[in-house]
Amino acid sequence: MRRANETNHEDGRNSSGFPPMKAIEVRRLTKRFGDFTAVDEVSFTVPEGEIFGLLGPNGAGKTTLIRMLTTLTPPTSGTALVGGFDIQREADGVRHAIGVIPQALTSDPDLTAWENLSIHAKLYGVPAAGRKQLTTDLLSAVDLLEFRDRLVRNFSGGMRRRLEIARGLVHSPRILFLDEPTTGLDPVSRTNVWEMIERLKKRSGLTILLTTHYMDEADKLCERIAIVDHGKLAALDSPASLKDSVPGADVVEAEFAGLPASGCTAPEWLEQLRRLPQVIDVLEQGGAVHITSHSGPDTVAGLMDRARAQGITVKRVTVQGTTLDDVFLHYTGRQLRDAVQSSTPLDITHLYK
Amino acid sequence: MKRWINFERVGAIIERDMRKFFRSPALMVTSMVFPLMQLIVLGYAFGGKVKDIPVALVNEDRAAESRLILEKLNSIQTGPRTFRISEYSSVPAALLDLRAGFVRAIIDIPHDYSRRVLQHDRPRIAFIEDNTDSFVTSQLFERVQELTQSLNAPGFPSRLAPKIDLQVVEIYPYIEYIKYLLSGSIAMSIFIVAMIGGGIVFIDDKARGLHEGYLVTPIRKSELVLGLNFAGTIKGVMAGMTITIIGGLIAGIPRLWDPVRLVYLLVVIAAASLAMISFMFLVMVRVNDPLVPRAIFGVLNTLLFFPSGAIYPPEGFPIWLRWVSVIDPFTYVVHALKNLLLKNTGYEGIYFDVLVLLGFSVVLLSAGIALFKRQI
Repeated sequence: MRRANETNHEDGRNSSGFPPMKAIEVRRLTKRFGDFTAVDEVSFTVPEGEIFGLLGPNGAGKTTLIRMLTTLTPPTSGTALVGGFDIQREADGVRHAIGVIPQALTSDPDLTAWENLSIHAKLYGVPAAGRKQLTTDLLSAVDLLEFRDRLVRNFSGGMRRRLEIARGLVHSPRILFLDEPTTGLDPVSRTNVWEMIERLKKRSGLTILLTTHYMDEADKLCERIAIVDHGKLAALDSPASLKDSVPGADVVEAEFAGLPASGCTAPEWLEQLRRLPQVIDVLEQGGAVHITSHSGPDTVAGLMDRARAQGITVKRVTVQGTTLDDVFLHYTGRQLRDAVQSSTPLDITHLYK
Repeated sequence: MKRWINFERVGAIIERDMRKFFRSPALMVTSMVFPLMQLIVLGYAFGGKVKDIPVALVNEDRAAESRLILEKLNSIQTGPRTFRISEYSSVPAALLDLRAGFVRAIIDIPHDYSRRVLQHDRPRIAFIEDNTDSFVTSQLFERVQELTQSLNAPGFPSRLAPKIDLQVVEIYPYIEYIKYLLSGSIAMSIFIVAMIGGGIVFIDDKARGLHEGYLVTPIRKSELVLGLNFAGTIKGVMAGMTITIIGGLIAGIPRLWDPVRLVYLLVVIAAASLAMISFMFLVMVRVNDPLVPRAIFGVLNTLLFFPSGAIYPPEGFPIWLRWVSVIDPFTYVVHALKNLLLKNTGYEGIYFDVLVLLGFSVVLLSAGIALFKRQI
């Protein structure tokens, strides 16, 4: 298995020729709840100005990790520097340097959009002189200015999320944490949030760390992705590099109706599939066979011939380029979509003990 | 120099809470309706003098001296109307109705009453009471005792006073029970605001995750706790003063608009609100289950309200309940409010209670800040 790697460029330098400043530095961070280890000695760094993603299913430890980095939860062991401040000894400094959009919607539903921002501005010590203009600008930036006096309880999920992004920026932080920013949103709202995040990055050079279980979100937004599963960091690199690290350019996925009529057993059949043209590896999972191949079309042609010869019906066969789901499968042994579907509902009650 | 408390942040939390409060008319109404209902219903249910109690009279004598008793009983019946007399032929018949509840007492004049009176041979009248209801029997007994005292009084008063005479002076006019109860109702309204605002709403916000939005900001836990408690105090003052005015008008408190007394009332109600909200906050500071404050509301209400002296004086409590009364902040609230509303005392009637309430608040707030979890 490829070890987690923190390369930015090949020699670790940025385009200016200098090593990038580290916005976030995590060293062997661990969180245990009794016997349960939610985050297990995770280490990585995030340079300034990068959009960094933590990709994994529910229960992987992403939210717990982000809660430690945002000083909501103390770590069991390990340390981290956020904005140059230690999360345990300089928590106040961390809080000034970061904006946080938690997974749960935390904007106050009994206040208006304006009031939510205004009160947060006061909590961050934004000077009174510029507060009104700042609030107006932020609401305008997230397309909520016309709803400034509406109670948040009357907002849609997407509107509320946009408001919370605005709220997280009210004090001009250097680092923004977004925990599952588009979970529960409709496709249009998701796209709106993505566009907003991209605009933020372009306009202000913010460092953004986001967690997600959506492959398309991680693929689209993140410059580097850390694959997280069962509290551990399985892999870390740019989306393109992660996909390249999975052997084979294509993945052929096939489902068969039963075993071959010729009488060969399931392991023998899989062995035959391994000998097909251009095949690198064959994995069986969830009733389907995943064949990584240098050339999908060649492998499919060979597969159809072999299936006909062995008297086995092919129910379905698809060919696709390597996705992050394949990356996840390669590094964790299971598919991200299966992991998302099979994971237990997020239970955070233990976080309140 | 870094300030210990950033009062702008405290103010932001107060602003947030107050805006939510004004948008929740149900909370404001609930905090006032129940105490007012209690004031009116209990105040009139407990306060009145008992009248028209059915009493059985068995006159086995029928001579002149017994007719004197009948005259005095009739004058009570037509005047204060404490009881209604029904004549029975025999004590056993009257006892049957006493046990069944048709009469509440029996006055039995024995057959030899008149003879004994004339012979100065310790004449007696029997008063047989249904003592399952001490309220009623105590009032009946009082009337019958007055009757026997008037029978015992000499026809012409002696020039020499043979015994010690007790002259009773009441320095305040008669206090109806509804006035007596008003202090408890004011305290109750403050408690309900503390319970709902400081207990139920606080836990509900925590369960909805709203607190996370504030915990990621630089706000210190002392600022967050003070903000929540000061906001609760303001709500308690609003509820308390409103009940004082409305309840005072209903109960007929004289000179209710005396500005000096209103100021003292405001001071007491503010101290009471701070003490109760900080008490409630301390109870809930580590609670996460939204069912808990709802479940313990009634228990706390009973534990705090009844030992406070709001409806019955603590001097009548057993020792263990008196100790509960001593540590109960309600007790000091009720005591101070009674001094102001019933006696219109000045500063001297409330300063000790206010000091105790403020002392309570300091201790409870400090404990609340210490126990509040800044990190989840």
